[in-house]
Amino acid sequence: MKRIYFDHASTTPVDSRVLDAMLPYFTDYFGNPSSILIEEGGIPHKAVEDAREKIARLVGAQMNEIILTSSATESNNLAIKGLALANKDKGKHILFSDIEHFSIMNQADFMRNLGFEIDFIRVDNYGVIDMDDLVKKVRKDTVLVSVMHANLEIGTIEPIKEVASFLKGRDIVFHSDGAGTCGRIPVDVKDLGVDSMTISPHQFYGPKGVAALYLKNGVRLSSIMQGGLQEMGYRAGTENVPGIVGFGEAARFAMEEMDERVHRLATLGKRLWDGLESTIDYLHFTGHPKKRLPGHVSFWIEFVEGESLLLWLNLNGIASASGSACASNMMAVDETGLKASHVLTAVGVPPEICHGSITFSLGKDNTPEEVEHLLYVIPGIVKRLRDMSPLYASFKQREDRHN
Amino acid sequence: MPGPYSDKVMDHFMNPRNMGEIEDADGVGEVGNPSCGDVMKLYLKIQDDKIVDVKFKTFGCGAAIASSSMTTELIKGKTIDEALKLSNQAVAEALGGLPPAKEHCSVLAEDALKAAIEDYRKKKG
Repeated sequence: MKRIYFDHASTTPVDSRVLDAMLPYFTDYFGNPSSILIEEGGIPHKAVEDAREKIARLVGAQMNEIILTSSATESNNLAIKGLALANKDKGKHILFSDIEHFSIMNQADFMRNLGFEIDFIRVDNYGVIDMDDLVKKVRKDTVLVSVMHANLEIGTIEPIKEVASFLKGRDIVFHSDGAGTCGRIPVDVKDLGVDSMTISPHQFYGPKGVAALYLKNGVRLSSIMQGGLQEMGYRAGTENVPGIVGFGEAARFAMEEMDERVHRLATLGKRLWDGLESTIDYLHFTGHPKKRLPGHVSFWIEFVEGESLLLWLNLNGIASASGSACASNMMAVDETGLKASHVLTAVGVPPEICHGSITFSLGKDNTPEEVEHLLYVIPGIVKRLRDMSPLYASFKQREDRHN
Repeated sequence: MPGPYSDKVMDHFMNPRNMGEIEDADGVGEVGNPSCGDVMKLYLKIQDDKIVDVKFKTFGCGAAIASSSMTTELIKGKTIDEALKLSNQAVAEALGGLPPAKEHCSVLAEDALKAAIEDYRKKKG
C-alpha cells in the first residue's frame, strides 16, 4: 500500500523538478564558486547567485540580504550568537519566546556563559505570544528578541508585525525563525519588520543540508564560523552548490504555486479538523484555531497515549508526528530524554498529557482521499487504545455512576 | 520495517497477550510513571499460591504495552515466590531488548506485579 505522508512539518520530499535542477551541479558543474576566474568556478558561482535572487524574492528581500548556511539550526545559531555579539556594547539582555525551536532554546546556556542574560516571553493557551509579557520583560539593556514566525508543533502563527512595531525605535534587534513559514505561506520580511529571519528549504520541497538567514541591510552581525570570505564574510565554508541550486528552485516553485498550495492545504486541513472533531470524543486541538499554518492539525486525545497512536497509524500506512518526547528521543541514553515538550507545556497542556499529542501536517501532494482514509481508520485505533487503558475504564465507571 | 523497537516488542504491542480485567481478582496492582504519564494495572487470580490467571490494562507507549503483555506471559502459572523473582531486566530481555530511554517501562511492569502481589497478601491478611 502507498504510504500516506502527513508529517510535512518534520520535512518534505524534494520536488522532482528541484532534484533535476540540482543534479548537474554534482557532476558537470562541480567547480568551486570561489574559483571565479576559471570556467569551472564561474558557472557554479552564477548558479549560486541566481538561487540567492530567487530566495530573496521569496521573502521580499534584497539579494545581498541573504546569507546561505547549512541548516535552519545553523541560521538560528548565526542569528542569536552573531547578533548578540555584534551588539554587546549596547547591552547583555536577550529575550526568547517560550516556544522557540531547540536550535534557539538550547543556546541559552551558551549565551549565559558568554555573559548574556536570557529571559523568556510567555505565550497564551493558543501559543500566541503574550504582548504584555514582552512589554514587561524588555529592559533598557535588551539587545535582541527572538520570536518564531510559526510553531511547527502546534501550527500557531505569531503576530510578528506587532512585535516588530513594538521593538522599533527601541534599538533592539529582532530575529524570527521562519523555518515554519517561508515557502509555506506568503512572507514579506519588509512588511513583517524583522531584522533577521531563518529560511529552511526542506520545509518546502527543497533539499536538506542548506538554509539561509535573511539579514536586513545595516544590521550588524558577527561571523561565528571563521575561514574564507564566502557569504560576504558572514559564513565561511565552500558553498553547497547543488543544495543551493535546489533551494533556489524550491523557492521559485513555492512563489509560483503559493496561492494554489495554500488554498488546497487550507481546504484539506479544514476537512481533517472537522472530521476529527465530529468523530473522536474528548479530543482537544492545540494551537490557535484560526491563526495557524494551512494543512496543520494538532491535538491530543484523552485516554490515548501519543506514541501508541502514532505507531498504530504508522502500521496503517500513515506518517504523523507526536509531540511526545517519548517518541522522538527514545534513543536517548536514559529517560531524562523523555521530558515533556516545552511547547506544549508553555501552552498549558499538563506534562503527562503532552505525551499524547499528535500533529498531522499536510503537503502539496496530499489528496482528499488520503484525508478520508485517515478519518476512516483513526476511530478504530482510538477505541482499541482506550479499551486497553485503565484510565478510560475508571473514567467510564465514574461517568456511568454519574448518569 | 526498521525502527527502534524489536520485532518482539512490536508483536506484543500489536497483539497484546492477556489484555483485560479480572472482575474477582485476588490481587490488583496499579502503578504510574509521572515523568511520562504511563499507567499500568495488573490483575492476578491466585489459587494455592499459584498465579492461575493474569490480565493487564495499560495506558502508555509501545514499550509500556509490550512490557505489560510480556510480564503476564512470564508469570502465568508461576508461584508467587517465582513471580517475585522476575526482574525488569528479564522482561526487557524477553522482549529482545528495549531502547535505552524506554527501559523504565519494564521497571513499571515489575512494579505493577509487585504491587498486585502486595495487594493480594494484604487482602489475605
